[in-house]
Amino acid sequence: MSHALEIKSLKKTYKGGFQALKGIDLTVEKGDFFALLGPNGAGKSTTIGVITSLVNKSQGQVKVFGYDIDTDLEKAKSFIGLVPQEFNFNQFEPLMNILVNQAGYYGVERKVAIIRAEKYLKQLELWDKRDDAARMLSGGMKRRLMIARALMHEPQILILDEPTAGVDIEVRRSMWDFLRELNSQGITIILTTHYLEEAEMLCRNIAIIDGGKIVENTSMKALLAQLDVETFVFDLSPHDKNITLTETDYRAINDHTLEVDLNKNQNLNHVFQQLTEQNINVLSMRNKSNRLEALFINLISNNEPNKKLNMKVN
Amino acid sequence: MNNAIALKSILTKETQRFLRIWVQTLVPPAITISLYFVIFGSLIGSRIGQMGGFDYMSFIVPGLIMMTVITNSYSNVASSFFSAKWQRNIEEMLVAPVPNWVIVAGYVGGGMARGILVGLIVTLVSLLFVDIQIHNVWVIMATVILTSATFALGGLINAIFANSFDDISIIPTFVLTPLTYLGGVFYSISLLPEFWQGVSQINPIVYMVNAFRYGFLGISDVNIITAFLVIGFFIATLFTIAMVLISKGIGLRS
Repeated sequence: MSHALEIKSLKKTYKGGFQALKGIDLTVEKGDFFALLGPNGAGKSTTIGVITSLVNKSQGQVKVFGYDIDTDLEKAKSFIGLVPQEFNFNQFEPLMNILVNQAGYYGVERKVAIIRAEKYLKQLELWDKRDDAARMLSGGMKRRLMIARALMHEPQILILDEPTAGVDIEVRRSMWDFLRELNSQGITIILTTHYLEEAEMLCRNIAIIDGGKIVENTSMKALLAQLDVETFVFDLSPHDKNITLTETDYRAINDHTLEVDLNKNQNLNHVFQQLTEQNINVLSMRNKSNRLEALFINLISNNEPNKKLNMKVN
Repeated sequence: MNNAIALKSILTKETQRFLRIWVQTLVPPAITISLYFVIFGSLIGSRIGQMGGFDYMSFIVPGLIMMTVITNSYSNVASSFFSAKWQRNIEEMLVAPVPNWVIVAGYVGGGMARGILVGLIVTLVSLLFVDIQIHNVWVIMATVILTSATFALGGLINAIFANSFDDISIIPTFVLTPLTYLGGVFYSISLLPEFWQGVSQINPIVYMVNAFRYGFLGISDVNIITAFLVIGFFIATLFTIAMVLISKGIGLRS
């Protein structure tokens, strides 16, 4: 049975000698919600570029639903819907034309395309703008337009390169719901994002790419299980007591905030129990930092320990 | 079937584009050609007398129409394709299962549509100044279709190589305009000294203008069969070059 995406020994060297991909192996199963993470310049967009034939590969093999892009490029392309990082539609064209023409490039009849365009414009709350030139849209609307455009030929695999970059939290969350719904309908989704929380919330499997190499490729669950210690922040009702907790590291930040470090074999009940015994009321609790972020930084710094960005204001 | 729908989509998009900006694309040629008729036809032409057995105004009409067809076919594809590269919406086609020949045919078809439509507008404008006679309508149609295809292909190749908006104005300014003006639009090449007549033989526009003029007036400085062979050769050569460039992703894929 073929995979949704299969990449073997993929290499890309640009003119001028920069080696963006140094031999990537990656498999994405049908129906997966897959995160491809990495810092800027890691090779994420180059990988997506090769899969979608916008970048010529130097070496290696890419198969989409079993179709090799070297021998069955047009068939492979027909499975993919791409939402690129940069806005790449004609800014002067009305939304409806952009969507209907895009469907036409995939061989979708015009009358079918018009019905689909209406469906996706309504779902993505762009219907009122259907006759406006694309340049009139806000940043968030432009992102949604690119998602609608990518869905016009009903692809089996949707590749989104930083789809929520620059959109506000409300729109981002409604886009998450929309993508979850698509995935539940069987569409394989590959997502690159800088918002690690986004990857953690949406994706089941993850690959981390850095310096043109895959440095981690596993399930989100397995990756997060690698965390030994997690820090929780407790918001407490103000008190003047000297808190004492056993079998754990903790810090009182002020009279109403407490940070507690827990190993993965410890449980929170133990902490709550001790706070209750000391008549301390817990108002709320949260993770100190995004768990995936901690792992991500750890993996990237292990891969290139000397890599550091020095930005200075003179 | 899929390719036919894709081709129709590109043609629709290209036609919608130049019709949407009709003030920039359709009106200026009509004004320019009116000025040519007033200045070269009425004011200066009346003092020139006859050329090729026809009054000067009638002689230059086919050349002026052809000049408009050439310029518009070329500039439509050059600006549209380069703009698609610049805004990156060419990627809409590159990621889709559209064969390269469909992309070439779609853009060239769009350029031909504008060239022929503007040619028609200019023909209608010329009716205000001169009675047009038709010697062979098939020659007229064949010449205008093939010529617009030739220069639409030229505009496409220009746009593929172009890296800036300046790059799509260099060829029209420094190559196309001189070749057109020296292509027998305003004079019969038989008036030139023998040496320059020989030089004119390597200007492809001479063949196009003369074939077109033959269709209207029944006169030509070149053999009509030779003219069509020359145009056919240029179409085949430019189409092959365009296909190779797009297949290799020159200027399109990194």
